[in-house]
Amino acid sequence: MKADFQRHEMPTQNPAVRIGNFDEVALGYTEELALAEAARCLNCKDAPCMQGCPVNVHIPKFIAALRAGKPDESAEILLADNNLPAICGRVCPQENQCEKFCVRREKAGGSVAIGNLERFVADYASARNVMPSCKSSCGAKVAVVGSGPASLSCAADLAKAGVKVTVFEALHKAGGVLVYGIPEFRLPKSVVGKEIEKVAALGVDIETNVVVGKTVFVEELLAGYDAVFIGSGAGLPSFLGIKGETLDGVSSANEFLTRVNLMKAYKDGAVTPVQRGKNVVVVGAGNVAMDAARTARRLGAEVTLVYRRSRAEMPARKEEILHAEEEGIKFELLTNPVEILGENGFVRGMKCVRMQLGEPDASGRRRPVELAGSEFEMACDEVIVALGTTPNPIIKRSFPALETTSKGTIVADENGRTSVDGLYAGGDAMTGAATVILAMGAGKRSAKAILRMLEEKGKIKCAECGGNSDGGNVK
Amino acid sequence: MEKYEIVSKRTLADRVNEYVVYAPSVARHCLAGQFVILRVDDDGERVPFTVCDYDRAVGTVSILVQEVGYTTMKLAETKVGDRLADFVGPLGNPTDLSAYKRILLVGGGIGAAVIYPQAKQLFSENRAADVVLGARNVSLVMYEEEFRKYCKNFHLITDDGSSGRKGFVTDIVRELLEKGVGYDAVFAVGPLGMMRAVCNVTREFGVHTVVSMNSLMVDGTGMCGCCRITVGGKIRYACIDGPEFDGHEVDFDEAASRAVMYREAEKEHVCRLRGTAK
Ligand SMILES: Cc1cc2nc3c(=O)[nH]c(=O)nc-3n(C[C@H](O)[C@H](O)[C@H](O)COP(=O)(O)OP(=O)(O)OC[C@H]3O[C@@H](n4cnc5c(N)ncnc54)[C@H](O)[C@@H]3O)c2cc1C
Ligand SMILES: Cc1cc2nc3c(=O)[nH]c(=O)nc-3n(C[C@H](O)[C@H](O)[C@H](O)COP(=O)(O)OP(=O)(O)OC[C@H]3O[C@@H](n4cnc5c(N)ncnc54)[C@H](O)[C@@H]3O)c2cc1C
Ligand code: FES
Repeated sequence: MKADFQRHEMPTQNPAVRIGNFDEVALGYTEELALAEAARCLNCKDAPCMQGCPVNVHIPKFIAALRAGKPDESAEILLADNNLPAICGRVCPQENQCEKFCVRREKAGGSVAIGNLERFVADYASARNVMPSCKSSCGAKVAVVGSGPASLSCAADLAKAGVKVTVFEALHKAGGVLVYGIPEFRLPKSVVGKEIEKVAALGVDIETNVVVGKTVFVEELLAGYDAVFIGSGAGLPSFLGIKGETLDGVSSANEFLTRVNLMKAYKDGAVTPVQRGKNVVVVGAGNVAMDAARTARRLGAEVTLVYRRSRAEMPARKEEILHAEEEGIKFELLTNPVEILGENGFVRGMKCVRMQLGEPDASGRRRPVELAGSEFEMACDEVIVALGTTPNPIIKRSFPALETTSKGTIVADENGRTSVDGLYAGGDAMTGAATVILAMGAGKRSAKAILRMLEEKGKIKCAECGGNSDGGNVK
Repeated sequence: MEKYEIVSKRTLADRVNEYVVYAPSVARHCLAGQFVILRVDDDGERVPFTVCDYDRAVGTVSILVQEVGYTTMKLAETKVGDRLADFVGPLGNPTDLSAYKRILLVGGGIGAAVIYPQAKQLFSENRAADVVLGARNVSLVMYEEEFRKYCKNFHLITDDGSSGRKGFVTDIVRELLEKGVGYDAVFAVGPLGMMRAVCNVTREFGVHTVVSMNSLMVDGTGMCGCCRITVGGKIRYACIDGPEFDGHEVDFDEAASRAVMYREAEKEHVCRLRGTAK
């Protein structure tokens, strides 16, 4: 087959239609599109794309298998390194990762759409119930705290090596941000549910309604298990620290999204209520802000996004920014809120100032500075603050021996080893709010380190454990 | 017994039920002052209730629930043997009673659920507290017998005088403080208005006062910020920093406003439950 020159874009739901529903926006490749896109891969020997993948998926290999008409084999290659491919294919910022290193890039019709292909293969595997393989039990026991991507990935790798894993999740549903944060229209909960079922099928026990540090203490886990991995995320929302932030109608993006996603407040007849403003202002410009804005839009609001820097600095995935614009979200860039205005306890507006970009700051981005005398008011009846999150303090408060930074992130080495023997950590809890794939990578590295430790301590009884054979998937 | 099974249920006052729930994981570490979050069924919302009593050996936790809206009415429909969908805890921080010698516990209405385990704990430590229990009328008085057993001096007062004295809890608090009973701390738990009124009295006498804040909550783990209140000019989360705070520092006006944020939506839910929706 002669390869097409241009990248095949993802088919999407029409913006005018999709703002009236919560169905997935990106529709997925058809088989024909997938094969055509797979044909664009040059199968580079040195696989530069793999440098950009924190979990080292054999990208050219899985694409080659797909192109060769062997989707099952393709799925197997993908699943060997990525425990949650249907999720990654949908939410990874590929433009900053694998696709950034694709040799085609701008000069040859755009990078190969690796994420779209990953999603295609993962969905195929999921529909066919292709399950990852695992070894028989080796007698070791590990406790995993939290059930976000870091924890799921760590648990899956340990289970594949025959370790008995128990996951403890504070909420009533497993998945972390994947279930309470990222909206249905971007990551359907049925997709997350299937990926979690796959992890459970490896023999991982998932116990919900367990808050580690409250229901059970870290000390108890350390005593009862051979190792403990903490993947408790970075769930604590930051606020602006300006006047009016406790008014009714002001919420964190976490609260707004949790009500809508986890508690299904968007559905008719839902018991959990959610604010339904007509004019909603979202503060921030990351993925979380885009998700909040697009969710509010679907609940029927006119939405304005306020961000203190310019477009170039917006941290959200490119696709989310484009989709938000298509859906009629207004961007007020170089604008900073200084006060939220209220009336009878409810939000009625927001006072903002205009900014301009000055010298680069510590993050390398140009620092926004206020333009004197630029104050103005915006009318709105709901404000959603999406300024980022920091790690939850519950575990640290109940277990002070755990070393943390001034920002509350857990101190650990690149393999997740913390200051406490047998205690590992990774994902947002260690790095601060980051990405799904980085969290997964951290979970995998910790799993590997835990296996090595178990081997050294002679706790792994069966000889095969901790090796790096096929199903074990421990590189 | 199954996880989260309701093992007993009894009515303690008008539209107030006590539920004993089988939840060994919660019973293991819970202490006075902490709370749980439950969901009645799989479509239910997450609602917080104070741990009122517990039996670690049996693995049960008791909660006292006043019917005020959709979920508490749904809960009232459950029977012994039914299973709740979720029951997580203990959440929040335990009451710290160790710092004070002479304590006055003041409970209004459902606030009895919070001061009851405190009274019991102090009794078990051989330093029984004085208790002021207030209710709108006799049908809303809870745990009277138990309080009489576990506290040193017990004062009962109802708005209409149908049981105990007639008046408000603040009347008694003021009298006690005027008489010069040297309390190191007052714990006041009940509706916001009552807690504010008690704080206004104790402030005059300079007596440290602790209140328990019933903010609206979603997760109860510090993840959403819905439960935020202002204490001493700073934003605090009731679920992880509380639920108990220095009452003289709490911004009650703001808390009262936040408590009714979803009133319209909640009303509609109740109409649906009663079949009176438009
Ligand atoms: C709205 C939103 C959109 C996002 N969009 C993207 C995107 O498009 N692409 C991308 O790559 N990344 C995105 N991210 C970021 C990404 O979701 C996170 O970086 C990732 O989920 C972190 O994974 P984690 O496993 O470290 O933690 P989390 O996913 O946060 O999971 C942590 C889990 O631990 C549980 N927990 C916490 N404390 C305890 C405790 N004491 N005991 C038991 N359990 C506990 C929590 O309830 C939670 O379930 C987004 C984040 C948000 C909020
Ligand atoms: C830490 C904590 C401990 C609690 N302990 C108890 C307890 O031991 N026993 C008990 O009966 N209740 C307790 N509550 C209050 C209880 O959670 C609410 O009554 C319950 O959520 C109401 O749910 P609903 O769906 O029945 O009513 P809704 O339909 O949600 O509300 C009905 C009405 O009550 C108001 N309301 C709802 N929740 C609250 C609240 N938290 N504070 C003030 N007003 C509210 C609403 O604005 C509305 O007007 C506690 C709350 C917290 C935060
Ligand atoms: S209830 Fe969500 S942060 Fe307190």
